[in-house]
Amino acid sequence: MNINTDIGSTYLFTNKKLTLVAVMGVLLGMSIYIFMNSMLVGFDRTSAESIFKSTAHIRVYKDDELSKPLYQSKGGKSIIINPKVVPASNTIINPNEVVALIKKDPNVTIVTPQVSATIFYNVGKTQIAGMAIGVIPSEADMMFNIKSTIVEGDFDKMQNNTNAIAVGSGVAEKLSLKINDNINITSSKGVNRNLKVAAIFKTNNSAIDKTKSYINLSAAQQLLQENNTYITDINVNIKDPELASKVAPVLTTLTGYKSEGWKEANESLMAAFRMRKIVITFVSYTILIVAGFGIYNILNMTVSQKINDIAILKAMGFKGNDVIRIFLTQALSIGVMGVIGGMIMAVVLVTLLKKVYIGGDIGFFPIDYELTKFIQGAIVGMVITFFAGYLPARKAAQVDPVSIFRK
Amino acid sequence: MNILETKNINKYFHDPVEFQVLKNISFTVGKGEFLSMIGKSGSGKSTLLYILSTMDTEYQGQLTIDGQNVTGQSNDQLAAMRNQKIGFVFQFHYLLPEFSCMKNVMIPALKLGKHSMQEIEAKAYDKLKLLGLEDQALKPASKLSGGQQQRVAIARALINDPLMIMCDEPTGNLDSKNTAIVFDIFKELTSQQGQTIIAVTHDEEFAKNSDRIIEMKDGEVV
Repeated sequence: MNINTDIGSTYLFTNKKLTLVAVMGVLLGMSIYIFMNSMLVGFDRTSAESIFKSTAHIRVYKDDELSKPLYQSKGGKSIIINPKVVPASNTIINPNEVVALIKKDPNVTIVTPQVSATIFYNVGKTQIAGMAIGVIPSEADMMFNIKSTIVEGDFDKMQNNTNAIAVGSGVAEKLSLKINDNINITSSKGVNRNLKVAAIFKTNNSAIDKTKSYINLSAAQQLLQENNTYITDINVNIKDPELASKVAPVLTTLTGYKSEGWKEANESLMAAFRMRKIVITFVSYTILIVAGFGIYNILNMTVSQKINDIAILKAMGFKGNDVIRIFLTQALSIGVMGVIGGMIMAVVLVTLLKKVYIGGDIGFFPIDYELTKFIQGAIVGMVITFFAGYLPARKAAQVDPVSIFRK
Repeated sequence: MNILETKNINKYFHDPVEFQVLKNISFTVGKGEFLSMIGKSGSGKSTLLYILSTMDTEYQGQLTIDGQNVTGQSNDQLAAMRNQKIGFVFQFHYLLPEFSCMKNVMIPALKLGKHSMQEIEAKAYDKLKLLGLEDQALKPASKLSGGQQQRVAIARALINDPLMIMCDEPTGNLDSKNTAIVFDIFKELTSQQGQTIIAVTHDEEFAKNSDRIIEMKDGEVV
């Protein structure tokens, strides 16, 4: 063993109490850092999952257009002074072709068309405003995992029955509906239809439960008095949801229709996620840095205690770098012990919290062993330890032996 | 043969007031010489010793050790030179209390890194034997008596067979019996091993018995 590391480790082991305190500091900081960041990953994952129960990764639709002059004006004056929205239908023209085109993209996993219709649920004389989503049931289930929200009935019965409807639990409550009951709805075009309740779903959003229902695509087209090529939205799922913002513009240029990623569609929710991330990151780093101060303090103390040793070592020919190495050995040993201990502690914490039942549609606490966070924590921990050790070590290296010997 | 040579060394203290501690110090020390530096407190003898030992580099003039000009060399170069050519004994022993006597003696040799572990251990044991401490070799340095600790410190100064041993009040904390032992060791080193000793001392008796005395007064050699 090198004499520098030899001296460093001897200091470390003869002062067991101080070493232990410093190690405990790093251990706690480390475990909380990993724990909180793993929790953040878990939160983000469940939040995304709950968003994807009602939102596709990418939504392709025909956006309203403002009327544009046929000729570009010269001299900066507009030809149309007060442009209005073009009174065109918001259907996607030739939807089958567009769906086929989108399916060619290698990132895409599921593509399904959708028609949204604003409707009234009729109960006696009162009408409850709502929204019927016309879907292909099997594809919609694959995309939004609708079956996981079904509390009563069977969503599969929607498949072959164009008169079937799946209503939200709020709607069912207000209309006192049970499975196989009939329900009358009126569309904005004045079309009336009697449908049979096949299933009742309950999401984590009561506003949705009070208004939304799923019907077959063809039923929705009929309600709007449109033919079977009338499609308002095409929902697209891709392999990695994080890439939605990148794939969406590609689909826009590919299809000529507006494509919107889920993050853009849920901007305010994303802002809340970012805020959560900032808070957790800030707190976890602070805890690690406080652990760094612990190491800094203890090493500073050791340097003051060992100032005579440092002086004689320098007199005997130890260079500044040798002295730095002696104290860095200590700091980094504390760091390594703390990091390993912290990782074990984090595993214990995560294991315990994983077993805590939260309820709702979340179930067990959304946390898992995030390998990247463990590695990230170890790196950050060691960097902080390095600097916390380097500063006192450099101070030790600058000790002037003469001033010590002359005392 | 001259082992150490100074030319016109001047040193000033700037704090709290400008003050010249050393004035044109020029002398030479030969190989195997046992030199004592005496003088009243504040005469500049310790300051001179630290300049000669290369630890204090803020001076004017020229210092030559073993035929090599050391003035203006970097701290790292000086440290390497000290490790190889100079041994130190102070009034206080400055042993590392966590280590055994043996380990304390070995540290400068381990730093030098020229010999294997076994060779260094054998050598450290020889040096401890020379100072009559072979039974204490494995005890922690903090468990020894003051006289024994000082002798361990001397063994440590000798481990790399330095050309020179610089001593600042080496017997200042010792009783007369231990002083005599230390003195005899120094005498033997100079006469038999050809090592040079430069010692700052207040001990008249010690100085009188050395080969040569340099007396300092107000920053000048008398």
